[in-house]
Amino acid sequence: MRAFTYERPVDMAAALQAIARPGAKFLGGGTNLLDLMKVEVETPSHLVDISRLPLAQVEETEDGGLRIGATVTNSDLAADRRVRERYPMLSRALLNGASGQLRNQATTAGNLLQRTRCYYFYDTAKPCNKRSPGSGCSALHGYNRIHAVLGASDACIAVHPSDMAVAMAALDAEVEAQPANGNGRRIKLVDFHRLPGTTPQVETALREGELITAVLLPRPPFGGQAYRKVRDRASYDFALVSVAALVGLDGDRIRSARIALGGVAHKPWRAHEAEQQLVGKSATDDSFAAAGAAAMTGARGYGLNDFKISLASRTVAAALTEAVQQAHLGKG
Amino acid sequence: MPDSIIGQPLDRIDGKAKVTGRARYAADVPASMPPAHGVLVTSTIGRGEITRIEADDAERSPGILLIMSHENVPAQAPFKPSGLGGSRHARAKPQFNGTRVHYYGEPVALVVAETFEQATAAARLVRVSYRTESGSYDLAEGRRLAYPPEHIVVGKTDSRIGDVDRALASSAAKVDATYTTPYQSHNPMELVASLAEWSGDKLTVHCATQLVNSAHRSIASTLRLPLEKVEVVSEYIGGGFGGKLPIYGDAILAAIAAKQLNRPVKIVLTRQQMFSVTTHRAATIQRIRLAAGEDGKLSAVAHEAWTQSARMDEFAEGVAASTRAMYAAPNRLTTHRVVPLDLPVSDSMRAPGDAVGQLALEQAMDELAEKLDLDPIELRLRNEPDRDPETHVPFSTRALVPCLTQGAEQFGWNRRSKIPGRLKDSHWLVGLGMAAAIRPNYRQPAHARVRMDANKHVTVEMDMTDIGTGSYTILAQVAADTLQVPVEAVSVNLGHSTYPETPGSGGSFGAASCTSALYDVCVALKKKIDAGESPGNLQAEGQSEPGSEYENFSQYSYGAHFAEVAVDSVTGEIRLRRMLGIFDAGRILNAKTARSQLIGGMLWGVSSALHENAVVDVRSGAFVNHDLAGYHVPVHADVPTAVDAVMLAGFDDKSSPLGSKGVGELGICGAGAAIANAVYNACGVRVRDYPITPDKILGGLMQQNVAQQR
Ligand SMILES: Cc1cc2nc3c(=O)[nH]c(=O)nc-3n(C[C@H](O)[C@H](O)[C@H](O)COP(=O)(O)OP(=O)(O)OC[C@H]3O[C@@H](n4cnc5c(N)ncnc54)[C@H](O)[C@@H]3O)c2cc1C
Ligand code: SF4
Repeated sequence: MRAFTYERPVDMAAALQAIARPGAKFLGGGTNLLDLMKVEVETPSHLVDISRLPLAQVEETEDGGLRIGATVTNSDLAADRRVRERYPMLSRALLNGASGQLRNQATTAGNLLQRTRCYYFYDTAKPCNKRSPGSGCSALHGYNRIHAVLGASDACIAVHPSDMAVAMAALDAEVEAQPANGNGRRIKLVDFHRLPGTTPQVETALREGELITAVLLPRPPFGGQAYRKVRDRASYDFALVSVAALVGLDGDRIRSARIALGGVAHKPWRAHEAEQQLVGKSATDDSFAAAGAAAMTGARGYGLNDFKISLASRTVAAALTEAVQQAHLGKG
Repeated sequence: MPDSIIGQPLDRIDGKAKVTGRARYAADVPASMPPAHGVLVTSTIGRGEITRIEADDAERSPGILLIMSHENVPAQAPFKPSGLGGSRHARAKPQFNGTRVHYYGEPVALVVAETFEQATAAARLVRVSYRTESGSYDLAEGRRLAYPPEHIVVGKTDSRIGDVDRALASSAAKVDATYTTPYQSHNPMELVASLAEWSGDKLTVHCATQLVNSAHRSIASTLRLPLEKVEVVSEYIGGGFGGKLPIYGDAILAAIAAKQLNRPVKIVLTRQQMFSVTTHRAATIQRIRLAAGEDGKLSAVAHEAWTQSARMDEFAEGVAASTRAMYAAPNRLTTHRVVPLDLPVSDSMRAPGDAVGQLALEQAMDELAEKLDLDPIELRLRNEPDRDPETHVPFSTRALVPCLTQGAEQFGWNRRSKIPGRLKDSHWLVGLGMAAAIRPNYRQPAHARVRMDANKHVTVEMDMTDIGTGSYTILAQVAADTLQVPVEAVSVNLGHSTYPETPGSGGSFGAASCTSALYDVCVALKKKIDAGESPGNLQAEGQSEPGSEYENFSQYSYGAHFAEVAVDSVTGEIRLRRMLGIFDAGRILNAKTARSQLIGGMLWGVSSALHENAVVDVRSGAFVNHDLAGYHVPVHADVPTAVDAVMLAGFDDKSSPLGSKGVGELGICGAGAAIANAVYNACGVRVRDYPITPDKILGGLMQQNVAQQR
């Protein structure tokens, strides 16, 4: 770890001013940033701790949604009664992530901005285009069991590891960002993270020095919700594949559906075509299997991760089935 | 021995010190003045030469006291590859021994600074240039380089009785299958660490070691110091598992740096360094062939093993060694071949040989049982030998059959469906599996010193270690019982090289070896008391060693594992539901600490079956997933509360005067195979390439789905 300076401003203006210092970075819960600093993948010279900013509230919005402050912890968000009742897939996704200790510390904004768990990204002795642009991708022909099958490029096949963001993608969330100068803006969560293309080091739409202030959830969508995470061990493990699913029923017919996947791409992956294909169909295993296949259109494996393509299809179908069960239970 | 204190499930006597933080581990011990901190720089190539070391930036970094590499390290005793005789762990371990790089992650420089943070930051500024050579890093591909080692860890390289090929050709049922097991890293909670301090010409090293005695010799011989000028202290060890049998560069380099700086120096490895700087369990490829007649009697057992060995230092894991004593069969073959690769040094990890060997053998037995349409327990019962099948000497004791039958009863084995995939619980496929366990019993010479003061307080001194197993407690129990004093009146002092020599903790020999010596010495002391000598300055010292029982008897401990797992029919995820082990390890010295050891072993078996896998990048020779986020062991959620270990009453008078045998490694033997067999029983997918992860199950599940639709 390199030496760094630290400050903890108590208001937004001070925080935005502090971040203008060259080499400065915001510090949320620190559960990802500090690990990366220890292995010198991140080398900020100044940390701006935002834990004292007034951003730790979950508030109801006028349009019936929720505004989640950037520093609300993953534990608090998962436990919020409004989230549990109206956005159960989000609560489930959060509780499927990391461990109790980490969730107590991890923040909403930090979770969105956590970096990939690609082994090579963490090891500064290895080529990695994301960490060191132009050096090559060690995973492409390496140990790529946990890597992307959708939207990847030869420059980078890393996945975004968040569970929370997958549910937020399915819920049509928006990220609220505040630049140093000027007005705040909103970015759709599905547009917030980028695909790697030729610049895998550019991961989000956030601009230099911009502070995430909140995540906005629109009013709860109609339908039953489910979150299904597949992993090698029962807890404390990143997703091999995860699926946030929503199904709204009209009798036996599907009125609306949403599908978002984690563990398969450089961003939370919305499967819009598979969703559309479901509308008007009857809620049967066959429809869901077809949606699972459609969700993986264009998927490509890199060897050790080939299994993710069929795993994801099957998991989409299972999550949709579960969402229907939830819909029947009236939870949504 | 109804009211003997030996065997009682006493809480560990060091427990309070541990939970209150008073127990001092190597990196916690206060030095006489604030120590300087050393951090290792390790190689970033797998094979080649160091061409240049640029340390200018590091030298200018704040707080820097010393930078050491092959360019300026003082002369040390030369390195002798193992196999040249002598104890492997007591050898000289010279550091920065020239420009040669033998494996990825090998220490190439040391940075010492005022603080740990300064040393860590500066270590990253040391630039090492290399001339890289192409190396061999892939076990499967390296098989063409395999050669027979002179001998395996314990025993001969090969054994051959009868004609396996002929028996196979004419058998009613046979299995011929290849199993593979991955690299594993010990990764105990406590990182490998040393604190070295000189007082005049005398060196004290506090280090995390299982074997104080060989650490002492290894450090003294490397630095060419007389033994009496070196003291090694290792009072508490936060887990060893074999990974702390040898000492590593931290101990030697801390001693050298402390001398040069005239100040104590502490070196703690990073978690990432634990993967390459310390030893690991070698990956294996194993071919098992079994042949049986319609009566379910084995006509042939063949177990052939290939294991990785570091090119720089041979280690031949005894993968098939216990297969020699497991089942009766007239035709037998066991072979061991090592594959020299440019990888870090492999060495013992909990139940070396057996842990991996039984993952293969006991899965193969399950496969054979199915072919014979026989219950897997029945197959084992039909092949129970009445004496050692290869040495032909009698067993000292062997209670495998009671382990199997009692376990079947207690676990509810009759719930198992013979046909896989029949037991369902919503989207879960539920299966039951079992496996047998065998582990050799080793006893070694050991010494002890015991004193009794005027208040009848007893002090035991031995250079034994307690690596979390319960050594402190069982030694107190033996002394209390033999001298007829309460356990509270016994102080057990361990882990100092100034104390009488013992074999330390390894190979599960510690308990039997050390309690035997302590028992003999306490008996001698008791005689003095009985002869009228009054407590006060009473002291006895002595040793005990095994006799000819080793040649005359076949000595093993045994067990049977039963597991119930659930496999997700959609995703192939596997979750353990319950597990039971029944064990025969002679007399149990402390029912609580022994049970903990056995359960710990069983869970490591679960880990071996489902999780652990240190992946080598075959392009560079580096371990890829070198931290505990990437290297998986089971977490609490993976372990249901319904895991139990039951110990059968026993007494093996051929093993030790107290009748005990080793338990520390028994629990892992066979445990993973029981899981694998349960997975097969649950879903009908046979995975012979450990660990069994969802991706490997998924293909099989999909084939079944297709078959069902036809
Ligand atoms: C062992 C382990 C297992 C884990 N398992 C999972 C898992 O299964 N699923 C999962 O989803 N996650 C998992 N995590 C990741 C965890 O969720 C993240 O580390 C956490 O959410 C990050 O939040 P933080 O507040 O600690 O972020 P920090 O580490 O503080 O920050 C992360 C990044 O966000 C930036 N940042 C923080 N706040 C703001 C802001 N308001 N505006 C702009 N930039 C900001 C920081 O500068 C930094 O770049 C795991 C982590 C660990 C260590
Ligand atoms: S996948 Fe991306 S993060 Fe991983 S090595 Fe390649 S470029 Fe780096």
